[in-house]
Amino acid sequence: MTTPAAYQVSHLDALEAESIFVMREVVAEMERPVMLFSGGKDSIVMLRLAQKAFAPANVPFPVMHVDTGHNFPEVLEYRDQRVAELGLHLVVASVPEALASGMVRESGDGMRNRIQTPVLLDAVEKHRFDALFGGARRDEEKARAKERVFSFRDEFGQWDPKNQRPELWSLYNGRHHPGESIRVFPLSNWTELDVWHYIARERIPLPSIYYAHEREVIERDGMFYAVNEFFRPRAGEERFKAQVRYRTVGDASCTAAVRSDADTVEKVIEEVAATRITERGATRGDDRVSEAAMEDRKREGYF
Amino acid sequence: MSTEIMAPASEARAMDLLRFATAGSVDDGKSTLIGRLLYDTKSLFTDQLAAVEAVSAARGDEYTNLALLTDGLRAEREQGITIDVAYRYFATPRRKFIIADTPGHIQYTRNMVTGASTADLALILVDARKGLVEQSRRHAFLCSLLRVPHLVLCVNKMDLVDWSQEVYERIADEFTAFAAKLDVPDLTVVPVSALRGDNIVTRSDNMPWYEGPSLLHHLERVHIASDRNLVDVRFPVQYVIRPQSTTVTDYRGYAGQVASGVLKPGDEVMVLPSGFTSRIAAVETADGPVPEAFPPMSVTVRLADEIDISRGDLICRPNNAPAVAQDIEAMVCWMDETAPLRVGGRYAIKHTTRSARAIVRGLHYRLDINSLHRDESADELRLNEIGRVRLRTTVPLLADEYRRNRTTGGFVIIDEATNRTVGAAMIVEAS
Repeated sequence: MTTPAAYQVSHLDALEAESIFVMREVVAEMERPVMLFSGGKDSIVMLRLAQKAFAPANVPFPVMHVDTGHNFPEVLEYRDQRVAELGLHLVVASVPEALASGMVRESGDGMRNRIQTPVLLDAVEKHRFDALFGGARRDEEKARAKERVFSFRDEFGQWDPKNQRPELWSLYNGRHHPGESIRVFPLSNWTELDVWHYIARERIPLPSIYYAHEREVIERDGMFYAVNEFFRPRAGEERFKAQVRYRTVGDASCTAAVRSDADTVEKVIEEVAATRITERGATRGDDRVSEAAMEDRKREGYF
Repeated sequence: MSTEIMAPASEARAMDLLRFATAGSVDDGKSTLIGRLLYDTKSLFTDQLAAVEAVSAARGDEYTNLALLTDGLRAEREQGITIDVAYRYFATPRRKFIIADTPGHIQYTRNMVTGASTADLALILVDARKGLVEQSRRHAFLCSLLRVPHLVLCVNKMDLVDWSQEVYERIADEFTAFAAKLDVPDLTVVPVSALRGDNIVTRSDNMPWYEGPSLLHHLERVHIASDRNLVDVRFPVQYVIRPQSTTVTDYRGYAGQVASGVLKPGDEVMVLPSGFTSRIAAVETADGPVPEAFPPMSVTVRLADEIDISRGDLICRPNNAPAVAQDIEAMVCWMDETAPLRVGGRYAIKHTTRSARAIVRGLHYRLDINSLHRDESADELRLNEIGRVRLRTTVPLLADEYRRNRTTGGFVIIDEATNRTVGAAMIVEAS
């Protein structure tokens, strides 16, 4: 064959190789890993990488969905289909069940971002998971830009940004005492655009709401929210139909859509390459609370 | 992963990846420089900029403080300091870049060593009005200690010295002379004004006497492919893949990331520490077999013979093997504020995919990283101190000199009680 361009690999190949290395380290060194899988694009890419890391064997750990109960039906359907195809074991940490049992109480604003943390930590304790893969990327948010690939959490799941383990070369330190755990972020060095390029290259199917479609929405704080059973317009907010797509998929009560005509992966890549607003800034009501909203949630055990 | 560079419709051309570390403080204009690179490559988003402008205005800053882009933690915003390494990303049509932005003031050495450990290139800033300062020499030394293959010195704030060629050349000459005493394989010096954008993305009209490339032009084109060691085959076994399946039977594959060298089917190989030899039957990825594997590919290697191999073993060539060694001489950078490294101390270590315990047998000297003076009377290494240490390990390491191999030559030291990573070590000699 021709020389592979002086033994160079593309940036996507380099990112893929790094993520696969990270996953293999976890499986080799940790007792009970689990992968967070929400049906969002980042967790979908992460799951594809897990398939690749252990082929021809099956993915050697279960997946977990922290279900806020505020789901987009297309995403839930995708989750179940994927899990069945790959023969995975799915653990659902359910916020509605935790509400019913009294473990957590609905917050004043109705957002379930904060109350999903105790539900996550409860499932971690119950299943004795010691390593949790998350699809977070450093380009998403300022606090995440400073978090390690192997992020140590104490027995309360808390992140201490001032007390992080130095991470040199590709030597990850996953040592921990019983009850403590490690959050692992194999996509740390990926950007939103890298994720989309990879989805295109690998021809990975996604839930349909990632592509442009017509939907009834209202506009609030410059963001477009779909009107559904979890999201009700306030007085004076006008419903209208618009061509939109979702850049991120989270809790349906606080995730907004963006106006878009991008109905194919190629068009999405063009759109993402040209956009001048970050994905969380464009679509997440929960991150607009304060400058350090994400850091505060992470300190409490959030991903 | 395919070894052929494919160009699917979505990826007009294959970009490669360059990781670089930046060193310096806000005073040198480092944040302005990074902000400028991000802004001019359209990697800075309007909502990020708006947030920074709002915080700057609220704090009464006279200008938009681009340091706030990377200083995301509450304590950093409140105290106006940078606590930790921050990672930033940008891309041009030629390359994707990962910046490890290391702060200048607090725990400088620890962060710089961390950022430099994975960097292809390090960017050091000096203020043209001040010239080289102690910090610039320290940065250069750490880059050479960590064997960062490419070094760029940006002489910044050229607008404040009337774009003077003389000032630039004096600083460039002085730095070049200093770098000659260190192990710096490739040095480029660029006169810039980060604030005004001169020589950042495009060549400056204000300095017609400068004939070199703009900073971005250099970052886009600096040749990094040759930095990889393609000679010494080193494949640390990370994980053994044995499917428990009815459809795939008798499969045994050794998964790992190629540290150096090129592996091909048919190659005769040796497995350490056992010393057994075999041939490579196949090199595979999830997408199928590949004709060869090289760094940084993550692959699965299958051998022709059934040999007992487990995580922590290493596949190499029979005539080119690393040392199988328990006595290790290494330069150690200490990273723990709670307790110093002491002779007689016992620690856990992690080297490639291998874990062991080690005892510190000796401390030859502590290095003053400003003067490079060796203090042989030192009996401990405190936070951010560097010294030459002799260790004895419980099991052999499969080790190369760090100067020859950054993967098989480096290891981390871990406190067994707290599990914290407390030191970074670069092997000088293994026997």
